[in-house]
Amino acid sequence: MTRPGTLAWFAHHEMRLAWRDFVGMMTAGRPTRRRLVYAALAGFAAFLHLIAYAILVAGGRLPLVLDRTTLVVATGLGAAAFALMLSQALESVTRAFYARGDLDLILSSPAAAGRLFAVRIGSVALATGAMTALLAGPFVNILAVFDRPGWLAAYPVMAAGGAVATGLAVTVTVGLIRLIGPRRTRFAAQVLAAVTGAAFVIGVQVGSILSFGHLDRTSFLASPAVTRAMPAETSLLYWPARAAAGETGPLAATLGLGALVLVGAILAFAGRFGALALTTAGSADPAAPAARGAAFRGPSSPAAALRRKEWRLVARDPWLLSQTLMQLLYLLPPAFLLWRNFGDRTGALVVLVPVLVMAAGQLAGGLAWLTISGEDAPDLVATAPVPAATATRAKAGAVIAAISVVLLPFSAAMAVSSPFEATMMAAFAAAAALSAIAIQLLFRTRARRSQFRRRQTASRFSTFAEAFSSIAWAGGAALAAAGTWLAAIPAGLALAVVAAAWLASPARDG
Amino acid sequence: MPTDPPALRVRGLAKSFGRPAVAGLDLEIRAGEFYALLGPNGAGKTTSLRMVAGLLPPDAGSIEIFGIDARRDPIGAKRITAWVSDEPLVYDKLTPVEYLEFVAGLWSLPGPVAAARAADLIDWLGLGPQAHQRCEGFSKGMRQKVALAGALIHEPRLIILDEPLTGLDAGSARQVKSVLAERVGAGATIIMTTHILEVAERMAERIGVIAAGRLIAEGTLAELRAASGALHASLEEIFLDLVAGQDRAA
Repeated sequence: MTRPGTLAWFAHHEMRLAWRDFVGMMTAGRPTRRRLVYAALAGFAAFLHLIAYAILVAGGRLPLVLDRTTLVVATGLGAAAFALMLSQALESVTRAFYARGDLDLILSSPAAAGRLFAVRIGSVALATGAMTALLAGPFVNILAVFDRPGWLAAYPVMAAGGAVATGLAVTVTVGLIRLIGPRRTRFAAQVLAAVTGAAFVIGVQVGSILSFGHLDRTSFLASPAVTRAMPAETSLLYWPARAAAGETGPLAATLGLGALVLVGAILAFAGRFGALALTTAGSADPAAPAARGAAFRGPSSPAAALRRKEWRLVARDPWLLSQTLMQLLYLLPPAFLLWRNFGDRTGALVVLVPVLVMAAGQLAGGLAWLTISGEDAPDLVATAPVPAATATRAKAGAVIAAISVVLLPFSAAMAVSSPFEATMMAAFAAAAALSAIAIQLLFRTRARRSQFRRRQTASRFSTFAEAFSSIAWAGGAALAAAGTWLAAIPAGLALAVVAAAWLASPARDG
Repeated sequence: MPTDPPALRVRGLAKSFGRPAVAGLDLEIRAGEFYALLGPNGAGKTTSLRMVAGLLPPDAGSIEIFGIDARRDPIGAKRITAWVSDEPLVYDKLTPVEYLEFVAGLWSLPGPVAAARAADLIDWLGLGPQAHQRCEGFSKGMRQKVALAGALIHEPRLIILDEPLTGLDAGSARQVKSVLAERVGAGATIIMTTHILEVAERMAERIGVIAAGRLIAEGTLAELRAASGALHASLEEIFLDLVAGQDRAA
């Protein structure tokens, strides 16, 4: 038993909470599901190992020689992973500052709060590195078994990446609080997190569009043009990649850098974390004035009132906007391709169709959750003299209208080059959006809008159904745009997914 | 000679969540009456009122609001009813004026009528300085006043309030009480649950006491005193006596 108030005691407290949170999230609060969840996780891990084996071993890529091309590809993928780690760390650190949770209890106790915050910063680093390790682990394991064991050094390198990302995230967040104040920091940090998470992927996509006219990221990284443009093998830029491969010097340097940045951030900020967190209290929800003295406007109907309310709420919530920003950011490469090929009739735009359809489905899922499950005044709407079906239609209409606004410029620009592709895109995007809305309706729940980020943990089934239906509609759209009737197969699959969602829906049980 | 229907008539209302929460509740409230529904925690007060407001389907029983069968014609019943809960759920990103616009839209009020009523309510409830500020920084009392304004904008004939004074400071509570008294004066009917027995004692014309999902006593304060045999007892003493008696019987 550790002595209360010590670092170890706080670490034990944090680990217990984190573990229970994780189990609760995975089992959706049903302990009886625990075995099923473990089995599913084991199955998923095995599946990822199979994929890694197929790519690395069956794909004939082994043995890996650490030449310039390999180093460039590994560094590129590492940079992408680091961008995602930084994004995750920024999110976690922002949450640590703004979520009140137990802060009042801790800060009002005689315990040294700095120790707890040191543990919290450390646990963010651990979680950030672990998330990457979960996804990259199967590739590392396969490399360690079929190439050489030295690749196992990739694990501590990922931990170092998590440490550096967390140290940077803490520094950036604290800097933002001082620079622009706690009120704006929350939004700025979350937008930064979204942009960081998407930036590298988008950059690679744009690069591949520029060079080759397709969206294959690794072939772009391995291309002679990129390899020639990168520094020589001896460059320090490749040290993290060399460290992951098990080279002693680069490994020691990478781990040292990770420790230095994280410990530096803890020493610099953990002691003041409490004071900074206190400055954010009450600033997270500012009383931002709307248009002063705006005239009272009577909507024409209950449906119009509901639609207007939904648009207002989303448009005025920077946090929600930043959460959906990530999805919209992925539309930048298609926009770039559209711009480059404007008026071109060679059929290059066909690659855009599935991307836009996928984006429509994903956006619709998020917005539908907000309007249907994230209704902040459910009693008010339920006690209004409006049939439930009318309210649901109005909310779905608000979602469709918002998606139309996003997709209309793409659709119009595509129509100039290819009216057929534009029509297919519009039709399949509508189908994807409607499917996502239907799934959200079938798995509707009662939640606060602020729980948006955790919506996917509410129901694994609805999350997967939403993703699969969007993917299937996107696949169907690509085939339809290419002019083949094979499009009916993925379209049928998408409908089957919605039907399965209906069968599994808790709403069906009454 | 036909008589006016009561504001609320509930017969044999029942709801079970594994165990019975409301077990055959009968209740009748006259038009223009201020009625307080009291009961210990878990007695079934909120469940009963949520069923009356159309927020929860009953397992059995009938609900009539001014003669409208609320189970057959829920839209007609909702048109003349308002519901305010102890947790004022208003939209953080809307201003009080915009919130009232939205509620007016849900009840299909004509624009000019809604605008005039909104202005009156904002004035009555002292929301003027914050009328165009978003609700996100509001205190609970402020939010409760916004929710109450929303409930009153369509001038409901039956106002159902579930613990509307919980967590309010003295000033806010006083404003809410005066608005409620004004509504009753204007002919509205109010049914309210509360744990603040002084409020029930001072404001309510009749008081109902519910325990284990059933009405165990009902009447004016004088009638309750007479029934209890303690002519000078406070409502708190009568209430505690009734609930204790119910516990002993159970």
